[in-house]
Amino acid sequence: MEQNTPSLVILSTTDLMLAALLIVLLALLSRFNQNGLEKRMLFASVRATLQLLLIGVVLQTLFDHINLFWIAMLSLLMILLAGREVEARQQYRIEGGWGFFSGTFAMFLSSMVTTLFGLLVIIQYDPWYHPQYAIPLLGMLLGNTMNGISLGMDRLTSSVWQQRKQIDARLALGERAADAIRVLRNEAIRTGMIPILNAMAAAGLISLPGMMTGQILSGTPPLEAVKYQLLILFLISAGTGFGVMAAIAISSRKFFDERERLRTERISQRNP
Amino acid sequence: MQALTVKQLVTFHLGPIELSVAEGETASIYGPSGSGKTLLLRAIADLDPHQGEVWLKGQKQCDTPPNQWRKAVAYCAAESQWWGDLVTHHFPSEHDPAHLSLWFEMGGFTSDVLNWSVDRLSSGEKQRLSIIRQLVRQPEVLLLDEPTANLDPDNGQRIEEMIAHYQLHQRATVIWVSHNQLQLNRVSHHIFRMDNGQLYPAEKNS
Repeated sequence: MEQNTPSLVILSTTDLMLAALLIVLLALLSRFNQNGLEKRMLFASVRATLQLLLIGVVLQTLFDHINLFWIAMLSLLMILLAGREVEARQQYRIEGGWGFFSGTFAMFLSSMVTTLFGLLVIIQYDPWYHPQYAIPLLGMLLGNTMNGISLGMDRLTSSVWQQRKQIDARLALGERAADAIRVLRNEAIRTGMIPILNAMAAAGLISLPGMMTGQILSGTPPLEAVKYQLLILFLISAGTGFGVMAAIAISSRKFFDERERLRTERISQRNP
Repeated sequence: MQALTVKQLVTFHLGPIELSVAEGETASIYGPSGSGKTLLLRAIADLDPHQGEVWLKGQKQCDTPPNQWRKAVAYCAAESQWWGDLVTHHFPSEHDPAHLSLWFEMGGFTSDVLNWSVDRLSSGEKQRLSIIRQLVRQPEVLLLDEPTANLDPDNGQRIEEMIAHYQLHQRATVIWVSHNQLQLNRVSHHIFRMDNGQLYPAEKNS
């Protein structure tokens, strides 16, 4: 068994430099062809390097001093950053920070609950908040719920804006606000869920999920990696689904007032 | 008996407005565009925020659930809106076929209009159907926002007939916004002029 399991090859700085050389070559090509992408590409690479190095150092520190408080603080920071990212991806804004609130709150609820469920009920490591499990799990959940929630909310807000006259006409016919917006809400939830549903459909056939690939690279037997990948896929789908539904439920309330009037002045288009 | 009573109605551009219309009667409003006619109708239907109070036969607007109020006090926009692919998507799911076909006939349609695609409707057909989809929900008050503007005389006459028929049989109260002086004289019991957010009684000129 031991012989069958390859061990991890430690990467040297030179190895990384070689990989980065490809980016530089691509940037040169982009400059040569005047695609105008070179600056953004180099900036994104540098940014990714710094961010990943930083989180690497933070994680190493957390591994050395396992402390629930600091892990909770890091989780909170990750959630707030994800919330800001959701807000930044909205084409239309809901006034009064409601967009940020509903996105962040929904993400907090769904990611936190699913992560805690995964840690306490399924993995049951001792201590349960060990960063080796807690942080990657939360990170993957946040990344995916963030995607779903930002797609779903963006879809809901822009379709409410585009169909404001139709919604108003339905209210004028005596429909409840919830009925007048139901189709748009369902479409928004579907939009938010599509990426993860697609990912599940393609998993293993068309794409090898990143986490499983990583585990295999680090020497985990493929079937063990598959089990972890399945666990993550299920947690992610559930988390994304709950998160999208919560975000849509919270944010759709703000389109109407207490007399169920459509208040489009609460939606503002961002400068393109 | 006053069916609809508006007291001290104020919005950002409007009022204060006092108005009451008796059961089965029609009050009509004319005035320059931008004077607030549409805003007044929307406030009466509780589609726009406003101050002041509106009563429907002693029932206060703010004490009525919003969708029930708007079912009883029906606002018909100048430009009709359609959200489903077929005409039938815009009619109540549990409707009386005989009742429906009566209205379709009066509007110049056959009952298979329910299966027509909304994209194929002409502007006259759209306007007639939008009145019908409102009438089959049997409101007590109709707030008509230029229901026959931009229509040819035939379509306009059809719509006037449908509304007159409905009003006669249901004792419905109507507030009718129009630019057409002849139409105003024809349909209304009382005429008001709206100017700069204020409502003034006006004379019927025959």
